[in-house]
Amino acid sequence: MPADALKCKECQTTYPLEARYVCDRCFGPLEVAYAPLTSTPEELKRRIQAGPHTLWRYADFLPLEGTARSALPTGWTPLVKADRLAARLGLGEVWVKNETANPTHSFKDRVVSVALARAQELGFQTIACASTGNLANAVAAHAAAAGLPAYVLIPADLEEAKILATGAYGANVVAIKGNYDAVNRLCTELAGDRADWAFVNVNVRPYYAEGSKTLGFEVAEQLGWELPDRVVAPVASGSLFTKIARAFEEWIDCGLLTGELPTMNGAQAEGCSPVAQAFAAGTPVCRPVKPDTIAKSLAIGNPADGPYAVELAQKTGGGVDSVNDDEIRAGIRLLAETTGIFTETAGGVTTATLAKLATRGDIDPSERVVLCITGDGLKTIDAVRGTFEVTEIEPRVEAFDAQFAVGAVA
Amino acid sequence: MATVKLPTQLRDAAGGATEAKASGGTVGEVLEALYAEHGELRERISDSDGGLRRFVNVYLRGEDIRFLDGLDTEVGEGDEVTILPAVAGGA
Repeated sequence: MPADALKCKECQTTYPLEARYVCDRCFGPLEVAYAPLTSTPEELKRRIQAGPHTLWRYADFLPLEGTARSALPTGWTPLVKADRLAARLGLGEVWVKNETANPTHSFKDRVVSVALARAQELGFQTIACASTGNLANAVAAHAAAAGLPAYVLIPADLEEAKILATGAYGANVVAIKGNYDAVNRLCTELAGDRADWAFVNVNVRPYYAEGSKTLGFEVAEQLGWELPDRVVAPVASGSLFTKIARAFEEWIDCGLLTGELPTMNGAQAEGCSPVAQAFAAGTPVCRPVKPDTIAKSLAIGNPADGPYAVELAQKTGGGVDSVNDDEIRAGIRLLAETTGIFTETAGGVTTATLAKLATRGDIDPSERVVLCITGDGLKTIDAVRGTFEVTEIEPRVEAFDAQFAVGAVA
Repeated sequence: MATVKLPTQLRDAAGGATEAKASGGTVGEVLEALYAEHGELRERISDSDGGLRRFVNVYLRGEDIRFLDGLDTEVGEGDEVTILPAVAGGA
């Protein structure tokens, strides 16, 4: 499906496929628009199935001119049937899309793969980003694999693991004395004056955002070319949340899927919930907030796609909920002990939101639910500190037996 | 007199300038003074009700004016007002 323009989501003005992200006329966000498909669903399906086990199997739906490839293969992460989690929550069918299995352990490898490939097509030689951490890891790694210099701008108070796992790749790590929204503002200013730098989530953002669709494509393909009934996904800027739905829409439109959009449930941390607050107030206008939450990867107080996330939740009969820090920690624990998947705080937010919906009785037991786990617990290891006890003993059998008697079950 | 920093997207409507001087006691008045100088900017920045367009962010001394008093936020002598597109960043 060849991309044929960038189009303003607000006023529909079109622009050429260059490094541009905002409409000159109304400041609305630009999105990639595609020419109508000429292939049949059977042909599309054959091409996808013959493709690599990476996100490039969906090249027909991505905005690149040439054959897509990357030095750091990304995507085709497991979709795990989580029967023990479903049973715990009294639900019928729950699947976990395990994005921790990506090269830098979060879904951000998807957006960076597409942004970097397009940036190279456009001739950029330097890659940069504003990040809450996961994006920093992904930009640093993919730039290193491609042999390009990277500049990663992060809030100075980010988790140490995310800072270390960025610098390890040789990226220039710049810690900004301020929150993510301040970092983002600075990058927006810098992007205006450094025309030869590709800021993946600023000036090449329309291409970057398309990468998130591949998560939705994979879910549908892994479910046997079927739609789930409900998707629970985290909301920070709202880009991932809206692009998952866009993926389903594109495949419904081209005949690869039949049915309706799933019920879309967004998950936010209470300490940074501008989108949940807007949803509760029944308005798409998201008033910015100053984030204060352990879910730092979701700590965007001024969400660019917030209005669209609210509209999507409304349109599909879903919602946007928020959970507090204790619920987040419990969510991390619940997912880990029922699925063996250790997620970061953002995944705790998402799992806790699923639990909240289940407790509230919002989910029918007949529903097939997909839970999007976007990042790895090793990146926010502090969140589980003090949540369990370690038994320390002398190196003697009697000492062990005294704690764990033979025949006893822990 | 405040300094208004213009994003790349608005510079053509201000004769290519990266910033402009404008006076006013509030952010709204500073913007009005800016529009008086560069008429084309009004339509690009403000909506039909005189508010800001949905995807325009305005900062006073680096702080989003929505955390202050919006367009009624008082502007001091020599303050910097920054206009930026809201659509950036992501997760």
